[in-house]
Order: sequence, then structure tokens, then C-alpha cells
Amino acid sequence: MSKQMTGAEMVVTALKDQGVETIFGYPGGAVLPIYDALFQQDFVQHVLVRHEQGAAHAAEGYARSSGKVGVLLVTSGPGATNAITGLADALMDSIPLVCITGQVPTHLIGSDAFQECDTVGITRHCTKHNYLVRSIEDLPRILHEAFYVASHGRPGPVVIDIPKDIQFAAGLYTGPQNIQHKTYQPQVKGDLARIREAVAMMAAAKRPVFYTGGGVINSGPEASALLRELVQLTGFPITSTLMGLGSYPASGENWLGMLGMHGTYEANHAMHDCDLMIAVGARFDDRITGRLDAFSPGSKKIHIDIDPSSINKTVKVDLSIIGDCAHVLEDLVRIWRTQAAQVDKPALAQWWKQIDVWRARKSLAYRPSTTTIKPQYAIQRLYELTKNRDTYITTEVGQHQMWAAQHYHFEEPNRWMTSGGLGTMGYGLPAAVGVQMAHPKALVIDIAGEASILMNMQEMSTALQYRLPVKIFILNNEYMGMVRQWQQLLHGARYSSSYSEALPDFVKLAEAYGGHGIRCSDPAKLDDAIMEMIETPKAVIFDCLVEKEENCFPMIPSGKAHNEMILAELGDDAGVEIGSIIDERGKLLV
Amino acid sequence: MNAPATPPSPYSSALGKSNIERHTLSVLVDNEPGVLARVVGLFSGRGYNIESLTVAEVAHGEHLSRITIVTSGPPEAIEQVGHQLERLVPVHAVTDLTLTGKSLERELAMIKVRGRGEDRSEALRLAEAFRARVIDASTESFVFELTGAADKIDSFVELMRPIGLVEVSRTGVAAISRGPAPI
Repeated sequence: MSKQMTGAEMVVTALKDQGVETIFGYPGGAVLPIYDALFQQDFVQHVLVRHEQGAAHAAEGYARSSGKVGVLLVTSGPGATNAITGLADALMDSIPLVCITGQVPTHLIGSDAFQECDTVGITRHCTKHNYLVRSIEDLPRILHEAFYVASHGRPGPVVIDIPKDIQFAAGLYTGPQNIQHKTYQPQVKGDLARIREAVAMMAAAKRPVFYTGGGVINSGPEASALLRELVQLTGFPITSTLMGLGSYPASGENWLGMLGMHGTYEANHAMHDCDLMIAVGARFDDRITGRLDAFSPGSKKIHIDIDPSSINKTVKVDLSIIGDCAHVLEDLVRIWRTQAAQVDKPALAQWWKQIDVWRARKSLAYRPSTTTIKPQYAIQRLYELTKNRDTYITTEVGQHQMWAAQHYHFEEPNRWMTSGGLGTMGYGLPAAVGVQMAHPKALVIDIAGEASILMNMQEMSTALQYRLPVKIFILNNEYMGMVRQWQQLLHGARYSSSYSEALPDFVKLAEAYGGHGIRCSDPAKLDDAIMEMIETPKAVIFDCLVEKEENCFPMIPSGKAHNEMILAELGDDAGVEIGSIIDERGKLLV
Repeated sequence: MNAPATPPSPYSSALGKSNIERHTLSVLVDNEPGVLARVVGLFSGRGYNIESLTVAEVAHGEHLSRITIVTSGPPEAIEQVGHQLERLVPVHAVTDLTLTGKSLERELAMIKVRGRGEDRSEALRLAEAFRARVIDASTESFVFELTGAADKIDSFVELMRPIGLVEVSRTGVAAISRGPAPI
């Protein structure tokens, strides 16, 4: 179907043809024609954010919870630069976004015009791909190609920069059906000979472990289902990165908990001592591996990933399988079944026995209190009171994020939205707005810190405007907790600028925005307060006053190996000089 | 291009400890605005080396350009460079000509030499030995044009230095595989 229309109309028509029902954005001079086209239709709903960074994170939350491409629309210059943190975040976490930016008219490009910036130049390093539209003839193709590139292969953000004169120009629109990308055709099916080799390695393994990541979530719900089937078939233990939580249920027997810097003792020790590691959609991030030259020294490694550049990037693997997780897992399960492959049962039983010894250390334990709310306790109660509801969790970045990952247990994929790779404070509230737009009836909770939440606090206004009943659950310890923890570990407890001074009254702040505020500092009253939050049918800020100097354990200190992790009892023990745990080499690391 | 004299990275692994190699990569790309910036930006952003880079359109009808990059690093890093380049959307194909072997590499240089008397005839004698052509001459200078492998140009430049080397302009390496097949 071809039709004559303006560039602005093409943008809106293409969104409709791509099935986009919700976009997040903020108007400005260079996108006025597109906003005018939006005004004259009602298929695509536009959500007005209060800052363009919020639009990007909201689109991420929408994408991660729904499996669709997230879309944002911002103006030129500051509109585009404000969105950049969100684009970089989506690139690191492989989230499919299409970001449409307005640009000054073609004839003004390069003249330092008002609100001009080199958007494609600036975003080149924080997008999967970007386009500057130079003629109206290219616009329909670019619009559809952008959705294809964002969602195919390893997903990521794509920017389309559209000068204002192109938005006004008239041309012939063509639909998405004839878009065939000439260069970008990622391989989704894994090599069968390699998959058979993987089956043989798995059958021969004595101490295997599955190490799964965000790639399983990105691959869609069928990938998670296949992963569960494979774990069931083999009986192997499984751990996951922060990004992969929910692909295997936390209540599953084979679940070891999250691994990595704040992962469980059993997960990290299993990684260190295994003889076969099966990495699925995970990328051996430094938060996972700890010290690289001591990373899982005795294991063979299988790496399944859609991105060939992830293979051998930091850790050398023995068998790589390039392909989409769902496709590769499907073949893996099928071949395992048709070959009637058998695991080494006695060895596996021995391995589980060892894992149970590690589990018995109860690495997530903490010293309870009847007088102050322990942050871990707050998350545990939040979990218990929301687990039987249709709940989605987002987070900001810091201690609260790690406690949420440790103590909130995810049964399904796409229920957990957190900034993993970039570690963006201020992610959680706009992401929750995006999630709530995708799931209007669900319970959406942003587990936050009092410092992070202030970074994008303005999005509370968006939540109220669209009657989004998002819940902001602040673990308020009056510190940038993770910064304070590192200062304690590395810098002699000199808390340079990490105390949250001059905090607002969050209850009054909630009320000022038109929401509901709750404060709780008594463990005995916590359950009732959480229930009040859940039952309030509008946006809530819950100011949960927690233990101020609680540290997040267990922890692999920087520059240490998996089997050198420290547990809470050591960290809390007054006899141990906590500042001595990280050595000189570790201090250089982030 | 030696490793910097900083202490070893605490994250150091088996990767990146092997010998530094020099490889020539041939990259076929869509000739669209910004494609060279993407390629060069990838090298600077990820800390890879560029020793030489040439680019020109090679198939006008199809808007295809060929970029030839000489890079150096441990073999694992060079493998990464290849994969990272393949991730760029406008890239059609990346070939490591050093790995496929038997490739031809040529570079063109223009070399300006100043001198009088015996120096002039010495310069001409050497130019003849190297098959360099005189493309400009004045009473006290020559500009030579020389095509060849990069090390041949290096040696010619070194020989001209004592005679009166003024300046050099080089194109960078272009490379192609031997035999009938394309890359």
C-alpha cells in the first residue's frame, strides 16, 4: 500500500503499521509537525513525560515488560541530548528502542542553529544504529528498517533523526511489508554439529552449571520455557545474572540464586568449581566474573549467544554456538531427547551434595532487628505481600537494587526491570511508568533508594497525569548506600558527599504531586503499611526508613575470585578491619 | 604500538597476553554518510589500534566502499575487531586478509627531496633502483612517486633522508587477495 502524505504523517502511519500503541515523548520546535499528526489520530497514544531521559527509560520499561519495541519521540538539541543516558542504558542491556528525534531543517544543519546538535554524531556510540533522514523518499524505508534493526539479532536502541523540513515534505509512503535489509541478517539458528557436541559435553559433565543471562529474556517467553525444560531434563543446577532473573523460577529446585558480585555463596562457588559451564545469553560481565585470571579455572565452557562479538571477548570458551537462545535451546532439547542422552547421575548427586554444603552457609542471612527495619526484611515482606499478585518490579541503582535482586524472588520472565549494564540511577520510576502503560491493571513497584529516586522524581507528575498507580518503595537510609559501602571498604569510611543531606519530606512530596505518601520506621507496622500501599488506587511514595549503615552482602570484593567472597558475618564482625578486604589491585577497579 | 607501561590489569586473563600481530582487514561497507565515522569510532571507542586506513568507493552502482585497515594487537583482540566491525549495520563483510593468506598489499607515496649537485644524481639513481617515477622537478628538488609494499616505501624514505628529504605523503595500504575468487 502506497499513499501520498507528509513526512510527519509517515512517522505516525509507520508507528501504526508497526503495531505501536504507546509512545513516550516531549514536544519541541523541531518535532511540532509530528505532534500535529499525532493530535489528529487516536491509534497511537502519546505519554507526555517530564524529562526526555524519562521518556527513554519509560520506553525501556515498556519494552522489557511487554517484549515489544519501545518508542520515544523527542525534539532536537537538548531533547536529544537528554535522551542519551536512556539510549546508552538500552544499548548496554540490549533493549529494543526506536528513538525519533527532531532536527533543525536540512538547510540549517551545520550552522549552529537554535536547538541544533549533531544527534547522529553524538548518538553513534550509544545506539545500535542511527539514521539522519536526508530526503523524504528515504523516510518510509528508514522508519521500518529502524524497527527491524532494533528488534532483530541482539536488540538495541536505534535513532532516527528527522529534519523539520522533511517532516513537512510530501512523498509516497510504503508499508513495512517490502523491507528487506541488505546487510543486517543475524544468524538465529545454531550450528547443529556444535549443538550435538554440547549435548555430548553435557552428558559427560560431572559438575555442570547453567549460567544464564538477559539474552534468555530478550529471546522471548519460549526461551524461558525451553530453559526450564532443559534444566528439568538434565537436573543441572542453574544460576543467573541480574539481567536474567525470572527466566528460571526462583522457587525451582535447581535454582542457586543470582551469581556475581552480590550473588549467593552457592552460585559463585558452583561457578568456580564446576567442570562444565553452559552460558546462555550471558556475556561474562566484570560484575559476574570477578578476577578474570581466577575465573572458573577448571571448567570447559559452552557459550550460546546471538552476538559473535560476545564470544571470547573476556573469557575464552571451548565451544561457541551463535544463535538466538530460543532456537538453540529448542535444538538442544530436541537432540537431547532424540539421543536419549543420560547425565552422569552419581557424579551429579555428589555435585549437589557439595552445593548443599554451600547452601547451608545461608549467604543471604542478616542480623534481624525488632527496633529498626532492616532493608532486607523490607524486601522480604514486600515479596511475601505481593507474590500472589500480578506484580512487576523496577529498581533504581545501588544497594536497594541488589537487595531486591537477592530477596525478591521472580517466577516469570519480563517481571524484573533494572538497569544492569550502565547502572543508571533514576531508571526505576520512569521504567515503572512504562511498565504500567503496558500493563494497566498490574501492580507495578519501583524499589528505590532515596538518592536515586530524586534523579527522575519529576516523572511522578507523569504517573499522576495518566492515573498510573505506580508504587515507589524507597529504602531510605539517608545515604547513597552503595557509595557509602565502598567508601567504608576502600576509603577509610570517609563518607565524602555520600550523605543525602536536605532530603525532602517524601510523604509531603507525594501529596504535593497529588499522590499518596506513607512513612514507616517500625518493623511491627511494616506489613500494614505495605498493604496500605498496595490497596491505594493511585501513585504512592512509600518512605521506608531503614537501618542506615547496613552493608550489602555477600560480596566478591573487587579484584577477588568467586571463592574469595565475603559473607555478612565476616563483614559485620567488629574484629575484622573491613577496609582491609580489598587490596591495592582491587582498589583500581570500579 | 607497544603495551603501555602500566601495571597489569587486575582483570587480566589468558586473553591479551600473547604476541602482538599485525593484520590487514578488508571491510566492505555501504557508501553512506557517516560509515567511516562508525568504523573509526569503533576503533577509538574500544581502544583498538589503526596503523593504516584507506577508503574509497569500489562499486558505484551498488554504493559499496572498501575500507582497508591495518591493525595490530594480540590475535584474540584482532578477532574481536572483526566481530565488532561485523556488528555495524552498514557493514557487508569483514575479511582478515592476513589470516586468509596470500594477499597483495600496495601503497602509493609521493616523496619530496631537495638537493643540488651529486645529491641530485644520487637521488635519481636510487629512484631508478626502486622504480620510483619523477613527477615534478625543479632546479633544486624532485617529487618521486613510488608504489609498493609499505616496507619498500619505508626503505626508500630512509635512503632519501640523508640526501635531503623534505616531506612524504602516503595513501595507506590497499590490499586484495590473490587468485580468481573475491573476498
